[in-house]
Amino acid sequence: MRVKLTVQKFNPELDSKPYDRDYFVEAGREMTVLTALLKIKAEIDGTLTFRASCRAAICGSCLMQINGSQKLACKVSIREEMEHHGKITIGPMANMPVIKDMVVRMDPFWEKIRAVTPYVLSSGEKAVPTAALKDLHETLQNADGCIMCGACLSACASYGVSHGFLGPAALAKAYRFQADPRDEQHVARLEGLQKPDGIWDCVRCNFCVQVCPKDVKPMEQIIRLRRLSIGAGFDNSVEARHITEFVKVVGHEGRLNETLLPIRMTWGHLKKMLRIIPLGIKMFFHGKTPFPFKKVPGGDEVRAIFKSRGKAE
Amino acid sequence: MKYAYYPGCAAKGAAPELHQSVVKVVGRLGIEIVELTAFNCCGAGVISEADPDLAYMLNARTLATAEKLQLNVMTVCGTCQGVLGGANKVLQKDEALRARINKALKETTGLEYHGTVEVKHLQWILVKDFGVDELEKFITRPLTELSIAPFYGCYILRPSDATGFDDWENPVSLEKLIRAVGAQPVAYDGRTQCCGFPVLLEKEQIALGMVGKHVGEAKKKGGDAMVTPCPLCHMSLDIYQERAGKKLQKEEGTDQKLDMPILHLPQLLGLAMGFTPDELGMKRHLVPTAPLIAKIE
Repeated sequence: MRVKLTVQKFNPELDSKPYDRDYFVEAGREMTVLTALLKIKAEIDGTLTFRASCRAAICGSCLMQINGSQKLACKVSIREEMEHHGKITIGPMANMPVIKDMVVRMDPFWEKIRAVTPYVLSSGEKAVPTAALKDLHETLQNADGCIMCGACLSACASYGVSHGFLGPAALAKAYRFQADPRDEQHVARLEGLQKPDGIWDCVRCNFCVQVCPKDVKPMEQIIRLRRLSIGAGFDNSVEARHITEFVKVVGHEGRLNETLLPIRMTWGHLKKMLRIIPLGIKMFFHGKTPFPFKKVPGGDEVRAIFKSRGKAE
Repeated sequence: MKYAYYPGCAAKGAAPELHQSVVKVVGRLGIEIVELTAFNCCGAGVISEADPDLAYMLNARTLATAEKLQLNVMTVCGTCQGVLGGANKVLQKDEALRARINKALKETTGLEYHGTVEVKHLQWILVKDFGVDELEKFITRPLTELSIAPFYGCYILRPSDATGFDDWENPVSLEKLIRAVGAQPVAYDGRTQCCGFPVLLEKEQIALGMVGKHVGEAKKKGGDAMVTPCPLCHMSLDIYQERAGKKLQKEEGTDQKLDMPILHLPQLLGLAMGFTPDELGMKRHLVPTAPLIAKIE
């Protein structure tokens, strides 16, 4: 079938802004977007610029936006994409500075990876039995499956508004080493991740889970890091208290109470508390502050569930 | 058509206008609901951060209660749908997990879940089970003057293996409902993005950045109001909109204010069915809805 690919082109040395160009290719049943781009470059437009190497979803080079989502061009079939969207639009990955066409600067990505100490730190004195390494891939929850394509950072909602955020790939990498039985930097690395731009900047939007071509589920690795942090005693920030106080409120009341949680979360954090008071007053006058000690039916059963998990106050 | 109605904490707490408008709208449509009055929180993805099994037990309790009534669950919150619906899919598929959760649930509450219940958001019920054509028959005041920006939020779309109704890349159900009430859907990038609610208190600047970006974009594209299937998105977009607008003004150096009314899905439907704004609890919003009402009256 003859397929139209609408590709965003941009050469900052010649163009004032990005523009779209349509290319037509004869696509076979199994043709991938990458194969089509290689064909266009060889036969129609030698200036078309993109990164690619392995053609087998291993090297992670050819990440780009295909029909608005972050995808590996070598993993996406033209036919399936046409069936799904009825068109093919291609552009550079989102949230990254463009060098030319689909080629973006990846240094912001690599800087974040470097910031999490992405290697095993060990004095070599602690003996780790071989048995502990037998099912390492399972122990690491597939966090070692990352091919560093950048799909998650490029799709990340939080990074989209706050470029300081370490982002899903780097934090999944942090978990990969945090969970490694040979690593001895557990507390130091976790401490670093408590800083602004660390694990607590994740908004749990699930974009990274959705777009990861290797099912690394970065958001779930971030959640594991949060759980490890609370367990290691980093539990008094407003961020950590969002989890611990939420559990206490629901464990006691059976439901979340939106009046009680903000007060308990910000208890002892005066600046944050002062921020919410004006909104709390406005909400009160709009009938949006539920009575904080409302008895709800079914509370006894819910408390019994929390008690069985050792989470009763 | 009968469902076990799971209101969720927000509709019974800080967003009572959602519960109020749900009851009005489903009543008029003849959809029968049995309210799960002794319901518990779904965990909102927060309880599972502390203890995944605890979150499964809470959701298994809800599902087992609906199963006893032999009814499928109707949710009215995008987050509840993602979390309760997602837990349901895992409990249905993973028998070992279900057995472990059931054992603990039986010991504490006497309940057991056998995996026979479906969890559906009101939005999905209207589009699929009830039908858009049928819904159109109940529209007595078509909102033809309005352009409405759909805001899906995260959990009703992603991860798609936990939701599986709309296409996460290009969802259409909210647009279908907006057209059904006679209004025009606004096309804009923010419709499938995050509202920032989960970090409102701890990382307010990130959340404000998101609210400002999406509401600002919807406004630029001509939206008169936004509609959302999630009361948590509603809280973020409504309660924090003024602050987000100020942040945007500062960053962009404009004096353009953000003043976009945010509607819960059943409020939009209710307006088009002829209910009064008061009956739909629209006075409870922080962003005034009066200019929008004036436009349709």
